[in-house]
Amino acid sequence: MLIHALCFYLFAAILVASAVMVIAARNPVHSVLFLILGFFNAAGLFVLMGAEFLAMILVVVYVGAVAVLFLFVVMMLDVDFAALRSGFLRYLPIGGLIGLILLAELALIVGAWSFAPEAASASQLPIPDPSQISNTHALGLILYTDYVYAFQMSGLILLVAMVGAIVLTLREREGVRRQDVSRQINRTREQSIEVVKVPTRGGV
Amino acid sequence: MLQITLSHYLTVAAIIFTLGIFGVFLNRKNVIIILMSVELMLLAVNINLVAFSAHLGDLVGQVFAMLVLTVAAAEAAIGLAILVVYFRNRGSIAVEDINLMKG
Repeated sequence: MLIHALCFYLFAAILVASAVMVIAARNPVHSVLFLILGFFNAAGLFVLMGAEFLAMILVVVYVGAVAVLFLFVVMMLDVDFAALRSGFLRYLPIGGLIGLILLAELALIVGAWSFAPEAASASQLPIPDPSQISNTHALGLILYTDYVYAFQMSGLILLVAMVGAIVLTLREREGVRRQDVSRQINRTREQSIEVVKVPTRGGV
Repeated sequence: MLQITLSHYLTVAAIIFTLGIFGVFLNRKNVIIILMSVELMLLAVNINLVAFSAHLGDLVGQVFAMLVLTVAAAEAAIGLAILVVYFRNRGSIAVEDINLMKG
């Protein structure tokens, strides 16, 4: 129990600290790196809660895909990031005020809520005993049966996102020679080769 | 203090969510940081979902967290694609320059 608590406080502290650094870092590259650190620690929290599969998915999807995508874009764009930070102190009071109000409201909720009496019995799909069946196995058992429509829908969302990203960023530039396979295949012998009879001592 | 309960996880998630909103207000000019703040908020939501799932012993919360993760990845991809196209056209990503549709 002590180790559990220590791990929780370690992961939570690093997560909160890296979240602060994400929004406060001067260099956006540092922001992305702190975001990656935060996601790793969130994955640690997920493991503590017994959701190992989601923890690994968090590392694979967020750290492996999303954060690296951010990193690519930050490094590709040639932007003067110092100029973008100029309003930082001007927005500090209003942002801090709204943040404090929201935090106070959330603290009130966390301090005062309670479960409805029927909440414990309303469990749709109880988590099976982890010693019998692993978290990944249990999730797989319900993801492809009870939630197959949601699963297909999320696949469709990813497909639309992929097509959309490609359509948005693909461009045809002038003056760039590209391989045109159909033109290559449709070349005939007459178009490409010419037999020239070179007269002796005449040259071409 | 040493007994980690649901409230501990909810507190962490609340702090992360607030930091996300704070980041949106603080970096009002930099779209990339705003997108990262949105990712932080979605992470807070995911922590809440998994915490309730673990506390109530119900796997549905984890399935839902996975769907939130999917949508977050799609949102990041589309958002960054729009950002790249915008930068290509205007040479800037400052939020106050994005007023093409104001007329």
